[in-house]
Amino acid sequence: MAELSIVEAINDAFHVELERDDDVLVMGEDVGRAGGVFRATAGLRDRFGKDRCVDTPLAEAGILGAAVGLCMAGWRPVCEMQYDAFSYPCLDQLINHVGRYRWRTRGTMEFPLVVRMPYGGGVRAPELHDDSPETYYVHTPGVKVAIPSTPADAKGLLAAAIRDPDPVVVLEPKLHYRTIRGEVPEGEHVVPLGKARLAREGTDVTLVAYGSMVPLCERVADELDGEASAEVLDIRTLKPLDEDALLASAAKTGRVVTVQEAPRTLGFAAELAAILAEKAILDLHGPVLRVTGYDVPYPYWLIEDAYMPSVERVLDAVRRLLEF
Amino acid sequence: MAQVAPAEHELRRVIGDGDAVPDGEVEGLDENALLDLYRSLVLLRTYDERSVVYHRQGRIGTYAIFWNHEAMQAGSVHALSDEDWIFPSYRESAIGLLRGMPAATVLSWWRGHPAGWWNPTDYNTASICVPIATHVPHAAGLAWGKKLRGDASIAIVYFGDGATSEGAFHEGANFAAVMQAPLILFCNNNQWAISTPLSAQTAADTLADKAVGYGIPGFRVDGTDVLAVYEATREAVERARSGGGPTFIEAVTYRVGPHATADDPKAYIDLQRVEEEKQRECVGRYDGYLRRLGVLDDATADEIKVWSGQLLREGIAAAEAEPAPDPSQLFEHAFVDPPASFASDLAELRRILRDG
Repeated sequence: MAELSIVEAINDAFHVELERDDDVLVMGEDVGRAGGVFRATAGLRDRFGKDRCVDTPLAEAGILGAAVGLCMAGWRPVCEMQYDAFSYPCLDQLINHVGRYRWRTRGTMEFPLVVRMPYGGGVRAPELHDDSPETYYVHTPGVKVAIPSTPADAKGLLAAAIRDPDPVVVLEPKLHYRTIRGEVPEGEHVVPLGKARLAREGTDVTLVAYGSMVPLCERVADELDGEASAEVLDIRTLKPLDEDALLASAAKTGRVVTVQEAPRTLGFAAELAAILAEKAILDLHGPVLRVTGYDVPYPYWLIEDAYMPSVERVLDAVRRLLEF
Repeated sequence: MAQVAPAEHELRRVIGDGDAVPDGEVEGLDENALLDLYRSLVLLRTYDERSVVYHRQGRIGTYAIFWNHEAMQAGSVHALSDEDWIFPSYRESAIGLLRGMPAATVLSWWRGHPAGWWNPTDYNTASICVPIATHVPHAAGLAWGKKLRGDASIAIVYFGDGATSEGAFHEGANFAAVMQAPLILFCNNNQWAISTPLSAQTAADTLADKAVGYGIPGFRVDGTDVLAVYEATREAVERARSGGGPTFIEAVTYRVGPHATADDPKAYIDLQRVEEEKQRECVGRYDGYLRRLGVLDDATADEIKVWSGQLLREGIAAAEAEPAPDPSQLFEHAFVDPPASFASDLAELRRILRDG
């Protein structure tokens, strides 16, 4: 085991997977010579050559569109979108083609591509380097979505995405690219898609989160120590969702708070609440509460802390639920 | 780098007018090859005309007419080898027929039946692209990916004049040029994007001039001259296959029919111009050329007409004989490993359909 940061774990996954499978290639803006603006692809161009770690023109829709064609030529492209909000041009390709192509060929062609990007705020960045766009991806049929919160999962989920026969979008919590270090298995390490992780066991309330909200919820659980026993469920894969893990935790604690950084309306927290309303209503002692970003544009960074779900806001929701 | 110069303004032509303009010829095409090309033209024409009738009879849905585009499609495909990949827009919906695809498959597509969703690798023909120009990057990616693998095959992507205004066209063309991908960007400039004329689409002199900005050669051909299209495409194929990168071909024609069966162009089109263009439509021009050359006679033309008509009659019969798609097809093929919700959704749907 090596102690790695999240971004180092991603880089490790690339080195392992490109070595393991000659069909895997990495493409994106500044991924080759620079090794990525966050260095996630550092060293790949030197080790595997410019055709396996490709600096592309500055064209997000072109990158993903070309990746569709690369799949048709037998490649397994991994596309980097440099930042969350810069990924929106690629939604045209994702919705109109990536998510549909296998289906409209009646399963005769596979599109084993990966789109990965840093996402989320709290990093004191300029405008539009802070978005949490997971809802758009989750809402797109034919596409899987994973969001790791630990270095080991960052490596394992990316490896799973690369090996998966279907298109997978991986959002990486850039706030914690270098702030969290953890044990990461060396060599091949795959975390299967569709399996949640129980980050913290508890009995009174379940905090459901993914990505950068998981460490936040763990801090909330620490704060609640002596007051209430909080379980933290790290969803890890938003689609396909590990419903069994969600329902099991809800049945155990009877109280659920869902936490997301994205704006509230139609966010993933709402989907989790809807599933609990449909399938766990008799297990619940109170309403499913959401703690989310607000339905406003992601703010300039001097007031971003007011936008982001905080320990205090989650604690407030937990206490309201405990008193319900 | 290949030639980077403003495109030729004059349209390349081979076929004369049987009067003042003399016929030319294309080197390397023998009588059989010339007749094969004729067969393809007539097949596409028959497909198109029958499809309009089938639509009026309620046997297929809304249909995008390609009357007077046949020379661009047949001329270019005949310059390819079977290993080369075709990326059609909806205007080239039946182009797979030239690769042996059954007419029933394309007719099924227009009937909204899953039997119309072919396996692209069976014909090296990608699925029909319905959004405008979004398949240009796909073709660039495939061509680049083939080149990376040392594969000799190339790709051709078809799009209209309106598509050159799209971002996806630009990103795909630029991608292909930067990667020196073996790709032919084939623009069927029929001068109309539904009701929007070319003059409202671009301020450029010609669409082929756009090639300069990508650092690739651009050529203009008469899109109703199947031999000129064939020859220009053949040159582009040779350039692509020998490592010379992409070529932009602007084939100029005129849309004499509606955009699709749901469109009535009388509100916006110049009807007199339409009548003039109909006089020089592409199948008739080539028919005249072959007869002047002594390659085609009434007996052969009739035989080809009967053959293509029969093929379409069999095609629509086979398409209509397809069993109604089962609701389970909703859930098939969206994922290799479908989520558990698909099975429970289908079970619920079946129960409601059964009990309802």
